[in-house]
Amino acid sequence: MTAIEVQSVTKSFGPVVAVDAISFRIAKGSTTALLGGNGAGKTTTLSMLLGLLIPTSGDITVLGEDMVRHRYRVLPRLNFSSPYVDLPHRLTVRQNLTVFGHLYHVPRLKDRIAELAEELELSEFIDRPLGKLSAGQKTRVALAKALLNAPDLLLLDEPTASLDPDTADWVRGYFQDYQARTGATIVLASHNMTEVERMCDCVLMMKRGSIVDQGAPRDLIARYGRDTMEEVFLDIARNRQSPEVKTSETKS
Amino acid sequence: MSPRRIGGLCLRHLYILKGSWPRLLEMAYWPTINVVMWGFTSRFFAQHSSWVADAGGILIGAVLLWDVMFRGNLGVALSFLEEMWSRNLGHLSVSPLRPMELVAAMLCMSFVRTLIGVLPATLIAIPLYHYSIFDLGLPLIAFWVNLMVSGWAMGLLVSSLVLRFGLGAESLAWVLIFAVAPLAGIYYPISTLPEILQVVAWALPPAHVFEGMRSIMLGHGLRTDLLVSAMALNAAYLVLGSVVFLRVWQGARIRGALLNVGE
Repeated sequence: MTAIEVQSVTKSFGPVVAVDAISFRIAKGSTTALLGGNGAGKTTTLSMLLGLLIPTSGDITVLGEDMVRHRYRVLPRLNFSSPYVDLPHRLTVRQNLTVFGHLYHVPRLKDRIAELAEELELSEFIDRPLGKLSAGQKTRVALAKALLNAPDLLLLDEPTASLDPDTADWVRGYFQDYQARTGATIVLASHNMTEVERMCDCVLMMKRGSIVDQGAPRDLIARYGRDTMEEVFLDIARNRQSPEVKTSETKS
Repeated sequence: MSPRRIGGLCLRHLYILKGSWPRLLEMAYWPTINVVMWGFTSRFFAQHSSWVADAGGILIGAVLLWDVMFRGNLGVALSFLEEMWSRNLGHLSVSPLRPMELVAAMLCMSFVRTLIGVLPATLIAIPLYHYSIFDLGLPLIAFWVNLMVSGWAMGLLVSSLVLRFGLGAESLAWVLIFAVAPLAGIYYPISTLPEILQVVAWALPPAHVFEGMRSIMLGHGLRTDLLVSAMALNAAYLVLGSVVFLRVWQGARIRGALLNVGE
Protein backbone atom coordinates (compact mmCIF):
# COMPACT_ATOMS: atom_id res chain seq x y z
CA MET A 1 0.00 0.00 0.00
CA THR A 2 1.36 3.41 -1.00
CA ALA A 3 0.82 6.54 1.08
CA ILE A 4 2.75 8.91 -1.16
CA GLU A 5 3.67 8.63 -4.81
CA VAL A 6 5.85 11.26 -6.45
CA GLN A 7 6.43 11.03 -10.17
CA SER A 8 8.97 13.13 -12.08
CA VAL A 9 8.39 16.18 -9.91
CA THR A 10 10.36 19.31 -10.72
CA LYS A 11 10.16 22.66 -8.97
CA SER A 12 11.87 25.69 -10.43
CA PHE A 13 12.03 29.22 -9.06
CA GLY A 14 12.87 31.19 -12.17
CA PRO A 15 16.19 29.84 -13.45
CA VAL A 16 16.89 27.96 -10.19
CA VAL A 17 15.86 24.30 -10.19
CA ALA A 18 15.19 23.48 -6.52
CA VAL A 19 13.92 19.96 -7.15
CA ASP A 20 14.84 18.13 -10.32
CA ALA A 21 12.59 15.36 -11.64
CA ILE A 22 12.40 13.33 -8.46
CA SER A 23 10.33 10.16 -8.18
CA PHE A 24 9.72 8.01 -5.13
CA ARG A 25 7.08 6.03 -3.26
CA ILE A 26 6.46 5.90 0.45
CA ALA A 27 4.70 2.88 1.90
CA LYS A 28 1.76 3.27 4.26
CA GLY A 29 2.73 2.89 7.90
CA SER A 30 6.41 3.56 7.27
CA THR A 31 8.72 6.28 8.53
CA THR A 32 10.79 7.92 5.82
CA ALA A 33 13.46 10.57 6.14
CA LEU A 34 14.41 13.16 3.60
CA LEU A 35 18.11 13.74 4.14
CA GLY A 36 20.45 16.21 2.56
CA GLY A 37 22.54 19.27 3.18
CA ASN A 38 21.22 22.81 3.19
CA GLY A 39 19.65 23.65 -0.16
CA ALA A 40 19.29 19.99 -1.14
CA GLY A 41 15.56 20.41 -1.74
CA LYS A 42 14.12 18.76 1.39
CA THR A 43 11.89 21.62 2.49
CA THR A 44 10.77 22.23 -1.09
CA THR A 45 9.83 18.57 -1.39
CA LEU A 46 8.04 18.60 1.96
CA SER A 47 6.15 21.77 0.95
CA MET A 48 5.01 20.11 -2.26
CA LEU A 49 3.86 17.03 -0.35
CA LEU A 50 1.77 19.37 1.81
CA GLY A 51 0.35 21.12 -1.24
CA LEU A 52 1.81 24.42 -0.02
CA LEU A 53 3.92 24.62 -3.11
CA ILE A 54 2.76 23.79 -6.61
CA PRO A 55 5.28 21.73 -8.62
CA THR A 56 6.44 23.11 -11.95
CA SER A 57 5.84 19.66 -13.43
CA GLY A 58 5.13 16.11 -12.34
CA ASP A 59 2.50 14.39 -10.21
CA ILE A 60 2.10 13.99 -6.46
CA THR A 61 -0.45 11.59 -5.04
CA VAL A 62 -0.99 11.63 -1.28
CA LEU A 63 -3.29 9.08 0.39
CA GLY A 64 -4.81 8.36 -3.01
CA GLU A 65 -5.52 11.99 -3.97
CA ASP A 66 -3.85 14.29 -6.46
CA MET A 67 -2.21 16.87 -4.19
CA VAL A 68 -2.27 19.67 -6.73
CA ARG A 69 -5.91 19.39 -7.76
CA HIS A 70 -7.64 17.86 -4.73
CA ARG A 71 -5.53 18.82 -1.71
CA TYR A 72 -8.59 19.73 0.36
CA ARG A 73 -9.80 16.12 0.19
CA VAL A 74 -6.65 14.90 1.86
CA LEU A 75 -5.66 17.80 4.18
CA PRO A 76 -8.04 16.70 6.98
CA ARG A 77 -6.12 13.39 7.10
CA LEU A 78 -2.63 14.82 7.42
CA ASN A 79 -0.83 17.22 9.69
CA PHE A 80 2.45 19.00 9.92
CA SER A 81 4.94 20.32 12.42
CA SER A 82 7.98 22.52 11.99
CA PRO A 83 10.05 24.54 14.43
CA TYR A 84 10.17 27.26 11.78
CA VAL A 85 6.40 27.79 11.61
CA ASP A 86 4.96 29.21 14.80
CA LEU A 87 1.59 28.96 16.45
CA PRO A 88 0.19 32.28 17.74
CA HIS A 89 2.24 33.18 20.80
CA ARG A 90 -0.38 35.31 22.51
CA LEU A 91 -2.90 32.50 22.63
CA THR A 92 -2.76 29.96 25.41
CA VAL A 93 -2.03 26.34 24.62
CA ARG A 94 -5.70 25.44 25.09
CA GLN A 95 -6.84 28.30 22.85
CA ASN A 96 -4.39 27.29 20.12
CA LEU A 97 -5.55 23.69 20.23
CA THR A 98 -9.20 24.76 20.25
CA VAL A 99 -8.75 26.94 17.17
CA PHE A 100 -6.93 24.24 15.22
CA GLY A 101 -9.38 21.62 16.46
CA HIS A 102 -12.16 23.60 14.80
CA LEU A 103 -10.13 23.99 11.61
CA TYR A 104 -9.72 20.19 11.49
CA HIS A 105 -13.33 19.49 12.51
CA VAL A 106 -12.12 17.39 15.43
CA PRO A 107 -15.08 15.64 17.05
CA ARG A 108 -15.49 15.98 20.85
CA LEU A 109 -12.78 18.60 20.83
CA LYS A 110 -12.61 19.22 24.59
CA ASP A 111 -12.10 15.51 25.27
CA ARG A 112 -9.46 15.28 22.56
CA ILE A 113 -7.54 18.24 23.98
CA ALA A 114 -7.72 16.74 27.47
CA GLU A 115 -6.48 13.41 26.10
CA LEU A 116 -3.52 15.03 24.31
CA ALA A 117 -2.76 17.22 27.32
CA GLU A 118 -2.41 14.10 29.43
CA GLU A 119 -0.42 12.11 26.86
CA LEU A 120 1.97 14.94 26.09
CA GLU A 121 2.11 16.30 29.64
CA LEU A 122 0.69 19.71 28.77
CA SER A 123 -1.72 20.03 31.68
CA GLU A 124 0.66 22.05 33.83
CA PHE A 125 0.86 24.90 31.32
CA ILE A 126 -2.23 24.43 29.15
CA ASP A 127 -3.67 27.81 30.13
CA ARG A 128 -0.41 29.69 29.70
CA PRO A 129 0.33 31.78 26.58
CA LEU A 130 2.50 29.89 24.13
CA GLY A 131 5.04 32.73 24.06
CA LYS A 132 5.88 32.11 27.71
CA LEU A 133 6.82 28.47 27.31
CA SER A 134 10.26 26.90 27.00
CA ALA A 135 11.45 25.45 23.66
CA GLY A 136 10.71 21.94 24.86
CA GLN A 137 7.20 22.85 26.00
CA LYS A 138 6.52 24.60 22.69
CA THR A 139 7.63 21.51 20.82
CA ARG A 140 5.17 19.41 22.83
CA VAL A 141 2.41 21.88 21.98
CA ALA A 142 3.34 21.78 18.28
CA LEU A 143 3.21 18.01 18.56
CA ALA A 144 -0.25 18.18 20.11
CA LYS A 145 -1.43 20.43 17.29
CA ALA A 146 0.03 17.99 14.75
CA LEU A 147 -1.80 15.08 16.39
CA LEU A 148 -5.15 16.81 17.03
CA ASN A 149 -6.83 15.22 14.04
CA ALA A 150 -5.15 11.82 14.61
CA PRO A 151 -3.54 12.09 11.17
CA ASP A 152 -2.89 9.19 8.82
CA LEU A 153 0.12 11.07 7.52
CA LEU A 154 2.49 13.23 9.57
CA LEU A 155 5.00 15.49 7.86
CA LEU A 156 7.69 16.73 10.20
CA ASP A 157 10.32 19.31 9.41
CA GLU A 158 13.28 18.82 11.78
CA PRO A 159 11.06 17.62 14.63
CA THR A 160 13.80 17.72 17.26
CA ALA A 161 15.77 20.78 16.15
CA SER A 162 16.95 22.94 19.07
CA LEU A 163 15.78 20.45 21.69
CA ASP A 164 17.95 19.14 24.48
CA PRO A 165 18.86 15.42 24.12
CA ASP A 166 16.38 14.33 26.78
CA THR A 167 13.40 16.13 25.21
CA ALA A 168 14.48 15.08 21.71
CA ASP A 169 14.60 11.46 22.81
CA TRP A 170 11.17 11.77 24.39
CA VAL A 171 9.74 13.25 21.16
CA ARG A 172 11.23 10.46 19.04
CA GLY A 173 9.81 7.89 21.40
CA TYR A 174 6.40 9.49 21.21
CA PHE A 175 6.35 9.41 17.41
CA GLN A 176 7.36 5.78 17.37
CA ASP A 177 4.68 4.94 19.89
CA TYR A 178 2.07 6.92 17.92
CA GLN A 179 2.98 5.08 14.75
CA ALA A 180 2.86 1.69 16.45
CA ARG A 181 -0.60 2.49 17.82
CA THR A 182 -2.16 4.03 14.71
CA GLY A 183 -0.24 2.71 11.72
CA ALA A 184 0.29 6.30 10.52
CA THR A 185 2.85 7.18 7.88
CA ILE A 186 5.59 9.60 8.96
CA VAL A 187 7.81 11.65 6.67
CA LEU A 188 10.48 13.76 8.23
CA ALA A 189 13.20 16.09 7.09
CA SER A 190 16.11 15.98 9.49
CA HIS A 191 19.76 16.69 9.97
CA ASN A 192 19.96 14.42 12.95
CA MET A 193 21.42 11.10 11.78
CA THR A 194 20.92 9.32 15.08
CA GLU A 195 17.24 10.20 14.85
CA VAL A 196 17.07 8.85 11.31
CA GLU A 197 18.80 5.61 12.21
CA ARG A 198 16.50 5.10 15.17
CA MET A 199 13.19 6.05 13.60
CA CYS A 200 13.26 5.47 9.86
CA ASP A 201 12.51 2.47 7.68
CA CYS A 202 13.68 4.30 4.60
CA VAL A 203 15.93 7.24 3.76
CA LEU A 204 15.81 9.40 0.64
CA MET A 205 19.20 11.08 0.22
CA MET A 206 18.86 14.40 -1.60
CA LYS A 207 21.55 16.51 -3.15
CA ARG A 208 21.12 19.60 -5.32
CA GLY A 209 17.45 18.86 -5.89
CA SER A 210 17.84 15.21 -6.85
CA ILE A 211 17.49 11.93 -5.00
CA VAL A 212 20.97 10.46 -5.19
CA ASP A 213 20.38 7.34 -3.14
CA GLN A 214 17.70 5.64 -1.08
CA GLY A 215 17.15 2.64 1.10
CA ALA A 216 16.86 1.46 4.68
CA PRO A 217 19.44 3.08 7.01
CA ARG A 218 21.03 -0.29 7.74
CA ASP A 219 21.31 -1.10 4.00
CA LEU A 220 22.81 2.30 3.21
CA ILE A 221 25.35 1.95 6.00
CA ALA A 222 26.31 -1.48 4.71
CA ARG A 223 26.43 -0.36 1.08
CA TYR A 224 28.77 2.51 1.88
CA GLY A 225 30.81 0.38 4.22
CA ARG A 226 30.36 2.75 7.10
CA ASP A 227 29.37 2.48 10.72
CA THR A 228 26.82 5.28 10.95
CA MET A 229 24.38 7.25 8.81
CA GLU A 230 26.40 10.35 9.57
CA GLU A 231 29.36 8.88 7.69
CA VAL A 232 27.10 7.91 4.80
CA PHE A 233 25.69 11.44 4.77
CA LEU A 234 29.21 12.92 4.62
CA ASP A 235 30.23 10.52 1.86
CA ILE A 236 27.34 11.70 -0.25
CA ALA A 237 27.54 15.38 0.68
CA ARG A 238 31.28 15.56 -0.02
CA ASN A 239 31.29 13.24 -3.05
CA ARG A 240 33.50 11.01 -0.95
CA GLN A 241 33.44 7.33 -1.69
CA SER A 242 33.86 4.76 1.03
CA PRO A 243 36.43 2.00 0.54
CA GLU A 244 33.67 -0.55 0.04
CA VAL A 245 31.91 1.41 -2.69
CA LYS A 246 35.28 2.02 -4.35
CA THR A 247 36.01 -1.69 -4.22
CA SER A 248 32.72 -2.61 -5.84
CA GLU A 249 33.31 -0.01 -8.56
CA THR A 250 36.83 -1.31 -9.17
CA LYS A 251 35.49 -4.83 -9.46
CA SER A 252 32.90 -3.80 -12.01
CA MET B 1 -17.45 26.67 3.03
CA SER B 2 -17.43 25.39 6.58
CA PRO B 3 -19.01 27.61 9.26
CA ARG B 4 -17.06 25.69 11.91
CA ARG B 5 -13.70 26.49 10.33
CA ILE B 6 -14.69 30.13 9.79
CA GLY B 7 -15.84 30.31 13.41
CA GLY B 8 -12.63 28.63 14.56
CA LEU B 9 -10.50 31.25 12.88
CA CYS B 10 -12.68 34.06 14.24
CA LEU B 11 -12.23 32.53 17.68
CA ARG B 12 -8.47 32.88 17.27
CA HIS B 13 -8.87 36.66 16.85
CA LEU B 14 -11.50 36.96 19.56
CA TYR B 15 -9.16 35.24 22.03
CA ILE B 16 -6.53 37.87 21.26
CA LEU B 17 -9.01 40.73 21.69
CA LYS B 18 -10.36 39.23 24.91
CA GLY B 19 -6.89 38.96 26.37
CA SER B 20 -5.68 42.42 25.41
CA TRP B 21 -7.45 45.52 26.71
CA PRO B 22 -4.88 47.83 25.03
CA ARG B 23 -6.01 46.46 21.66
CA LEU B 24 -9.65 47.08 22.50
CA LEU B 25 -8.81 50.57 23.70
CA GLU B 26 -6.78 51.30 20.56
CA MET B 27 -9.70 50.26 18.37
CA ALA B 28 -12.10 52.69 20.02
CA TYR B 29 -9.54 55.40 20.73
CA TRP B 30 -9.07 57.03 17.34
CA PRO B 31 -12.73 57.11 16.24
CA THR B 32 -13.61 58.66 19.61
CA ILE B 33 -10.88 61.31 19.37
CA ASN B 34 -12.01 62.01 15.81
CA VAL B 35 -15.59 62.55 16.88
CA VAL B 36 -14.61 64.79 19.79
CA MET B 37 -12.43 66.92 17.50
CA TRP B 38 -14.93 67.11 14.66
CA GLY B 39 -17.72 67.74 17.11
CA PHE B 40 -16.12 71.00 18.25
CA THR B 41 -15.22 71.88 14.66
CA SER B 42 -18.81 71.23 13.69
CA ARG B 43 -20.08 73.41 16.53
CA PHE B 44 -17.82 76.25 15.36
CA PHE B 45 -18.83 75.87 11.70
CA ALA B 46 -22.51 75.78 12.64
CA GLN B 47 -22.13 79.32 13.98
CA HIS B 48 -20.46 80.53 10.76
CA SER B 49 -21.96 78.44 7.98
CA SER B 50 -25.63 78.14 7.13
CA TRP B 51 -24.93 74.90 5.24
CA VAL B 52 -23.56 73.18 8.32
CA ALA B 53 -26.14 74.86 10.54
CA ASP B 54 -28.97 73.56 8.31
CA ALA B 55 -27.85 70.00 8.72
CA GLY B 56 -27.02 69.53 12.37
CA GLY B 57 -24.27 66.98 12.83
CA ILE B 58 -23.51 66.57 9.13
CA LEU B 59 -19.76 66.61 9.82
CA ILE B 60 -20.00 64.28 12.81
CA GLY B 61 -22.13 61.88 10.79
CA ALA B 62 -19.58 62.00 8.00
CA VAL B 63 -16.71 61.32 10.41
CA LEU B 64 -18.51 58.36 11.96
CA LEU B 65 -19.41 56.83 8.61
CA TRP B 66 -15.90 57.37 7.24
CA ASP B 67 -14.61 55.52 10.28
CA VAL B 68 -16.88 52.62 9.38
CA MET B 69 -15.08 52.33 6.04
CA PHE B 70 -11.66 52.92 7.58
CA ARG B 71 -12.24 50.34 10.32
CA GLY B 72 -13.76 47.91 7.79
CA ASN B 73 -10.55 48.09 5.78
CA LEU B 74 -8.30 47.89 8.82
CA GLY B 75 -10.31 45.02 10.29
CA VAL B 76 -9.65 42.84 7.26
CA ALA B 77 -6.00 43.87 6.88
CA LEU B 78 -5.21 43.47 10.60
CA SER B 79 -6.73 40.00 10.75
CA PHE B 80 -4.45 38.98 7.91
CA LEU B 81 -1.43 40.79 9.32
CA GLU B 82 -1.93 39.02 12.68
CA GLU B 83 -1.35 35.71 10.88
CA MET B 84 1.80 37.05 9.27
CA TRP B 85 3.15 38.65 12.44
CA SER B 86 2.67 35.40 14.33
CA ARG B 87 4.12 33.35 11.42
CA ASN B 88 1.00 31.21 11.57
CA LEU B 89 0.15 31.29 7.87
CA GLY B 90 2.05 28.05 7.27
CA HIS B 91 -0.11 26.15 9.77
CA LEU B 92 -3.30 27.66 8.36
CA SER B 93 -2.23 26.83 4.81
CA VAL B 94 -1.74 23.14 5.55
CA SER B 95 -4.97 22.88 7.52
CA PRO B 96 -8.25 22.15 5.73
CA LEU B 97 -9.09 25.87 5.91
CA ARG B 98 -9.86 27.05 2.38
CA PRO B 99 -8.77 30.48 1.15
CA MET B 100 -12.42 31.57 0.82
CA GLU B 101 -13.00 30.55 4.44
CA LEU B 102 -9.99 32.62 5.45
CA VAL B 103 -11.52 35.56 3.57
CA ALA B 104 -14.90 34.98 5.23
CA ALA B 105 -13.29 34.91 8.69
CA MET B 106 -11.39 38.14 7.97
CA LEU B 107 -14.66 39.81 6.92
CA CYS B 108 -16.46 38.58 10.05
CA MET B 109 -13.65 39.90 12.25
CA SER B 110 -13.72 43.19 10.38
CA PHE B 111 -17.40 43.54 11.32
CA VAL B 112 -16.58 42.88 14.99
CA ARG B 113 -13.61 45.27 14.99
CA THR B 114 -15.66 47.97 13.27
CA LEU B 115 -18.43 47.66 15.87
CA ILE B 116 -15.92 47.84 18.74
CA GLY B 117 -14.21 50.82 17.12
CA VAL B 118 -17.13 52.95 16.00
CA LEU B 119 -19.87 52.20 18.52
CA PRO B 120 -18.30 54.07 21.49
CA ALA B 121 -17.68 57.13 19.28
CA THR B 122 -21.27 56.97 18.06
CA LEU B 123 -22.62 56.86 21.61
CA ILE B 124 -20.30 59.61 22.88
CA ALA B 125 -21.59 62.01 20.20
CA ILE B 126 -25.12 61.81 21.69
CA PRO B 127 -24.49 63.46 25.07
CA LEU B 128 -21.57 65.63 23.88
CA TYR B 129 -23.06 67.16 20.75
CA HIS B 130 -26.72 66.14 20.94
CA TYR B 131 -26.18 64.28 17.70
CA SER B 132 -27.35 60.73 17.19
CA ILE B 133 -26.44 59.06 13.94
CA PHE B 134 -29.31 56.67 14.68
CA ASP B 135 -31.64 59.53 13.66
CA LEU B 136 -30.79 58.60 10.08
CA GLY B 137 -33.14 55.69 10.65
CA LEU B 138 -33.10 52.54 8.54
CA PRO B 139 -30.90 54.05 5.79
CA LEU B 140 -28.10 54.08 8.39
CA ILE B 141 -27.93 50.29 8.11
CA ALA B 142 -27.60 50.56 4.32
CA PHE B 143 -24.90 53.25 4.64
CA TRP B 144 -23.04 51.25 7.28
CA VAL B 145 -23.13 48.02 5.26
CA ASN B 146 -22.08 49.76 2.05
CA LEU B 147 -19.13 51.54 3.64
CA MET B 148 -18.03 48.46 5.48
CA VAL B 149 -18.10 46.45 2.24
CA SER B 150 -16.03 49.18 0.55
CA GLY B 151 -13.55 48.86 3.43
CA TRP B 152 -13.54 45.06 2.99
CA ALA B 153 -12.68 45.35 -0.70
CA MET B 154 -9.85 47.73 0.15
CA GLY B 155 -8.68 45.48 3.02
CA LEU B 156 -8.52 42.47 0.70
CA LEU B 157 -6.47 44.48 -1.76
CA VAL B 158 -4.08 45.56 1.01
CA SER B 159 -3.81 41.95 2.27
CA SER B 160 -3.01 40.84 -1.27
CA LEU B 161 -0.23 43.41 -1.49
CA VAL B 162 1.20 42.30 1.86
CA LEU B 163 1.08 38.65 0.80
CA ARG B 164 2.73 39.48 -2.51
CA PHE B 165 5.38 41.93 -1.32
CA GLY B 166 5.83 40.90 2.32
CA LEU B 167 5.50 42.80 5.57
CA GLY B 168 7.37 45.74 4.06
CA ALA B 169 4.01 46.64 2.54
CA GLU B 170 2.13 46.52 5.86
CA SER B 171 1.97 50.30 6.29
CA LEU B 172 -0.34 50.31 3.25
CA ALA B 173 -3.02 48.90 5.57
CA TRP B 174 -3.19 52.28 7.29
CA VAL B 175 -2.50 54.67 4.44
CA LEU B 176 -3.86 53.27 1.17
CA ILE B 177 -7.45 54.02 2.06
CA PHE B 178 -6.65 57.74 2.42
CA ALA B 179 -6.10 57.86 -1.34
CA VAL B 180 -9.87 57.33 -1.62
CA ALA B 181 -10.77 59.94 1.01
CA PRO B 182 -10.54 63.10 -1.15
CA LEU B 183 -12.70 61.44 -3.82
CA ALA B 184 -15.27 60.00 -1.44
CA GLY B 185 -16.91 63.35 -0.74
CA ILE B 186 -16.89 62.74 2.98
CA TYR B 187 -17.19 66.38 4.04
CA TYR B 188 -18.23 68.08 0.79
CA PRO B 189 -20.50 67.32 -2.18
CA ILE B 190 -18.93 65.58 -5.18
CA SER B 191 -19.80 68.63 -7.28
CA THR B 192 -17.01 70.45 -5.41
CA LEU B 193 -14.42 68.33 -7.21
CA PRO B 194 -13.04 69.22 -10.65
CA GLU B 195 -15.07 67.55 -13.41
CA ILE B 196 -12.47 64.94 -14.28
CA LEU B 197 -12.23 63.87 -10.62
CA GLN B 198 -16.01 63.73 -10.36
CA VAL B 199 -15.96 60.93 -12.94
CA VAL B 200 -13.46 59.01 -10.82
CA ALA B 201 -15.41 59.77 -7.61
CA TRP B 202 -18.66 58.39 -9.00
CA ALA B 203 -16.86 55.14 -9.76
CA LEU B 204 -16.27 54.73 -6.01
CA PRO B 205 -19.08 53.46 -3.75
CA PRO B 206 -18.38 55.81 -0.80
CA ALA B 207 -19.10 58.87 -2.97
CA HIS B 208 -22.65 57.52 -3.48
CA VAL B 209 -23.05 56.78 0.23
CA PHE B 210 -21.89 60.19 1.50
CA GLU B 211 -23.97 61.97 -1.11
CA GLY B 212 -26.93 59.88 0.03
CA MET B 213 -26.24 60.71 3.68
CA ARG B 214 -26.19 64.45 2.91
CA SER B 215 -29.42 64.13 0.96
CA ILE B 216 -31.19 62.79 4.06
CA MET B 217 -29.55 65.21 6.49
CA LEU B 218 -30.36 68.23 4.31
CA GLY B 219 -33.97 67.11 4.21
CA HIS B 220 -34.09 65.91 0.59
CA GLY B 221 -34.99 62.36 1.61
CA LEU B 222 -33.51 58.99 0.74
CA ARG B 223 -31.93 58.75 -2.72
CA THR B 224 -32.53 55.11 -3.66
CA ASP B 225 -30.66 55.63 -6.95
CA LEU B 226 -27.49 56.42 -4.99
CA LEU B 227 -28.06 53.48 -2.70
CA VAL B 228 -28.55 51.05 -5.58
CA SER B 229 -25.47 52.31 -7.42
CA ALA B 230 -23.38 52.07 -4.23
CA MET B 231 -24.54 48.47 -3.70
CA ALA B 232 -23.80 47.50 -7.30
CA LEU B 233 -20.35 49.07 -7.20
CA ASN B 234 -19.59 47.47 -3.84
CA ALA B 235 -20.59 44.05 -5.11
CA ALA B 236 -18.21 44.51 -8.05
CA TYR B 237 -15.34 45.76 -5.88
CA LEU B 238 -15.80 43.01 -3.29
CA VAL B 239 -15.71 40.34 -6.00
CA LEU B 240 -12.64 42.04 -7.47
CA GLY B 241 -10.92 42.22 -4.06
CA SER B 242 -11.67 38.53 -3.40
CA VAL B 243 -10.47 37.45 -6.85
CA VAL B 244 -7.23 39.43 -6.47
CA PHE B 245 -6.64 37.91 -3.00
CA LEU B 246 -7.30 34.36 -4.20
CA ARG B 247 -5.03 34.83 -7.21
CA VAL B 248 -2.23 36.21 -5.06
CA TRP B 249 -2.75 33.28 -2.66
CA GLN B 250 -2.41 30.87 -5.58
CA GLY B 251 0.68 32.80 -6.71
CA ALA B 252 2.14 32.38 -3.22
CA ARG B 253 1.70 28.62 -3.63
CA ILE B 254 3.72 28.80 -6.83
CA ARG B 255 6.42 31.04 -5.32
CA GLY B 256 6.58 29.14 -2.04
CA ALA B 257 5.72 32.20 0.00
CA LEU B 258 3.23 30.60 2.40
CA LEU B 259 5.62 28.61 4.56
CA ASN B 260 8.30 31.19 5.22
CA VAL B 261 6.15 34.24 5.54
CA GLY B 262 6.74 36.52 8.49
CA GLU B 263 8.98 39.24 9.79
